[in-house]
Amino acid sequence: MSDAETRIVVVGASLAGLRGAESLRRSGFTGHLTIVGAEPHRPYDRPPLSKGVLTGEVGADATALPNLVDLDADWRFGTPATRLDRARRTVTVETGEALPYDRLLIATGASARTWPDAAQGRFAGVHTLRGRDDADALRRDLAAGPKHVLVIGGGFIGCDVAASCRTLDLPVTLVETGPTLLAGVLGAHLGAVVEALHAHRGVTIRSGTKVVALEDDGTGRVVRARLADGTAIPADVVVVALGAVRNTGWLSGSGLSFDAGGLDCDADGDALDEDGRPDPRIVAAGDVARFPHPLYPGKPIALEHWGHAVAQGVRAGRRLAGLPEAPYAEVPAFWSSQGGITIKSVGLTAGADGLVIARGDPKEGRFLAVYGREGRCIAAVAFDCARWLPAYAERIAARAPFPPEPGGVDAGPMRVLPPAFPEPADEDAA
Amino acid sequence: MSDDTLFAQVKDEAARPDPYPLFAALRECPVSRQEDGTYVAATHAAIESLLHDPRVSSETLPPADRPKTGNPFKDWLVKPLRDHITDTHRPFIFRDPPDHDTLRAAVMRQFTQRRVQAMRARSHVLVDEILDRLGDARTIDIVDDLAYPLPVTVICELLGIPPEDEARFHAWATQLATALEPDTLQDGAARAENSRTFDAISEYMQGLIAQKRKHPKDDMLSGLATEEPGGAPRMGDFDLIATAILMLVAGHETTVNLITNGMLALLRHPEELRRLRDDPERAPRVVEELLRFDPPVQFRTRKALCPITLAGVTIPEGAPLVLLLAAGNRDPEVYAEPERFDPDRIDNRHLGFGGSLHYCVGAPLARFEVEAALTALARRLRNPRLIADPPPYRPGSALRGPKHLRLAIDGIDP
Amino acid sequence: MSDRPDPSAPRLAAPSPDAPSPDARRSAGGLRVSVDLNLCQAYAQCCYAAPDHFVLRGREALHYDPAPSASVRGDIERARIACPVQAIRVEDAGAARR
Repeated sequence: MSDAETRIVVVGASLAGLRGAESLRRSGFTGHLTIVGAEPHRPYDRPPLSKGVLTGEVGADATALPNLVDLDADWRFGTPATRLDRARRTVTVETGEALPYDRLLIATGASARTWPDAAQGRFAGVHTLRGRDDADALRRDLAAGPKHVLVIGGGFIGCDVAASCRTLDLPVTLVETGPTLLAGVLGAHLGAVVEALHAHRGVTIRSGTKVVALEDDGTGRVVRARLADGTAIPADVVVVALGAVRNTGWLSGSGLSFDAGGLDCDADGDALDEDGRPDPRIVAAGDVARFPHPLYPGKPIALEHWGHAVAQGVRAGRRLAGLPEAPYAEVPAFWSSQGGITIKSVGLTAGADGLVIARGDPKEGRFLAVYGREGRCIAAVAFDCARWLPAYAERIAARAPFPPEPGGVDAGPMRVLPPAFPEPADEDAA
Repeated sequence: MSDDTLFAQVKDEAARPDPYPLFAALRECPVSRQEDGTYVAATHAAIESLLHDPRVSSETLPPADRPKTGNPFKDWLVKPLRDHITDTHRPFIFRDPPDHDTLRAAVMRQFTQRRVQAMRARSHVLVDEILDRLGDARTIDIVDDLAYPLPVTVICELLGIPPEDEARFHAWATQLATALEPDTLQDGAARAENSRTFDAISEYMQGLIAQKRKHPKDDMLSGLATEEPGGAPRMGDFDLIATAILMLVAGHETTVNLITNGMLALLRHPEELRRLRDDPERAPRVVEELLRFDPPVQFRTRKALCPITLAGVTIPEGAPLVLLLAAGNRDPEVYAEPERFDPDRIDNRHLGFGGSLHYCVGAPLARFEVEAALTALARRLRNPRLIADPPPYRPGSALRGPKHLRLAIDGIDP
Repeated sequence: MSDRPDPSAPRLAAPSPDAPSPDARRSAGGLRVSVDLNLCQAYAQCCYAAPDHFVLRGREALHYDPAPSASVRGDIERARIACPVQAIRVEDAGAARR
């Protein structure tokens, strides 16, 4: 079959899907391209949704992503994929239409984990934040001037929402089951630094406790939250920020190997079936793809990072276009802005058994921490010193010894500290 | 086997018109040891890596050592004291964090968007005034007539330095800029001359700063001398003098070369000159490509604080480093057709302004000035021709640029 | 390290209430901008090139206008070209894409 007759379907009008489609065209693919999106919007950028969109500085409709290549694509917005039939090679969408494919890119991303009690989760004033419409709805509720905002979950989204509330001068309480904010990602040692930043900006933080129930006023509007110790805190807007689950439900019956943690792939990014065999027609990219990373042997990982969606999307496009590609081995990286401090990270902290402050001084608010595991550098996190980070990305890629050698410019204390991650069970609770 | 005299050849004045073949030879080894023990990084990747490496220091100047005067009081008390002050209050281009960051942040607080935007508009006015004054000249020296006076006027107005003092510090600036040339650091006579110049310009700056404190105006020096930084440390007087000198020298010795190198490149690529004349919107691309193709700062020196292994070479602790920015800018691993002057190239991550902590403070200002100069020259010079190609060059190899760039023209359009 | 050019945390040029929505601006040939903040090292060159559309808050936090109008195309382009790490991506809807 000539390339011009080849049909490629991208499921997911997301960052990974868009960059993947662009990469296909850049790689010389001239066949038929269809992009299926569950939402009624063209691909948009998520980072502003928990920041500028909530404060009103950036309109939700201004987040549409730049499209960098002429795609000549058949866009299907607002039509979630409902079924994958690998024998017939079709993707069925909500309207019932079956789209035939020769090759498929799965980039369906993830959804916000909802409040475990569905009825409480439906109370007016209770929000999750993942998509553009979620952000717009929350922005409207915040603009109405609530008396008490409650954020459940001290991960990045929860921290962002709390910070945006303070920018709007709204009273906000953040409840986190772990020992500190961001303890799951950074450990309690650096989590405490972040917590202090938010506390300084006026966020009321309740770490090490848990919301057990949301209560309404009798008309279905949330008014308070009940904590594990029996006390209650008032709340007329609640944001449930308990992480994400991967959008894999539509793959039921496809014979592919998946669960709420992602779609399994091999090192090339090809989707694996239930027997662990790759389907060479199907590649996955972005949040939804769970794959073995050469720098982090052991468990396969699914990364929710912006840069990962771009890099893996671009790689998937090239692979679908038939170009030879080395296994994906990008050093994971993310950024976040917390209380005016820019946190940038390379590598993955999970499983770290030690931490050193390698540059600067946490007291000055400007420092770089390196995480190690079994004598190797596995991650580095910079607080307002992004320009040192590339040097550490090189070391992580080279699996350099930990602790790093002392000395150099602006050297920190270099004493090995425990990173203090909470028990993994805490992460899944809620 | 690599030739360990290549960098010595770069420093030789014979290489000034076209050092790029030497850079290509140096790129054969990403990091190479030269016969004098200096390590030269010549590929884009090696330079980027060292720019961001915390084991690399910018504190490269040897301790101050003023010549003895023969007067015992001066030689035993004043000289050591002044040497000590010099060593502990270097301009921040020669310093590491945390001090570097504090000083640079103070400058950035004064280098406001408002001031830069004002100088953007002012550059266009100044360029037109300069060209108007040339009247019906039939030859023009880009260096003396435009490329030198424009940035000097801009930096003086920005800092708040009286224009009538310019003649005095023209020579001072040229002398102090030699501190960036590696061989000056080895040469006792040159260092003595630098100390004398530094002391003279310091005295001038001290007087000026005192004046700014008494009668502050809306300029950067007044701002630096009088600011009350909430929470941030206030800049001490010795650091303030060193910082003011740094900005003055940087404003004198770099942009002049970018304008001149730019006009030279455009005259050697007449189709690009014509395209710029027809479409002034191309100017930012032209300037950015110039910073890659023929940057005014060709290399910077550093020092290894720890042993560093890079590209198979171990740089020993204490070794002097040269980051050959202009060689990295033509690395074929990064750029397609690197020897071609092509303003339309995409993803031009050039090293023309350096990188990391010491990225050129004046970069935005330089871009606007050079845009203004090149668009006006392209538009207003009628049929410009090079009188000598290559033109004569100034001696510096780190700060490299023509001494004169004489053009024959058929007139200057209004 | 801070290369932030202004001490007072500036805001992006606020969209006025009766300004056309970004979607309307784009259909009139507007721009879409995104910045790869993993790459960004807060050099602030975009802030000087297009001060109303890029601002640094704190030492290193870049905020930007993702949907500037076509009338500022020149300065947005300047910002894109000047970025030392080439982190800025611009789509010019004037050159419509499908």
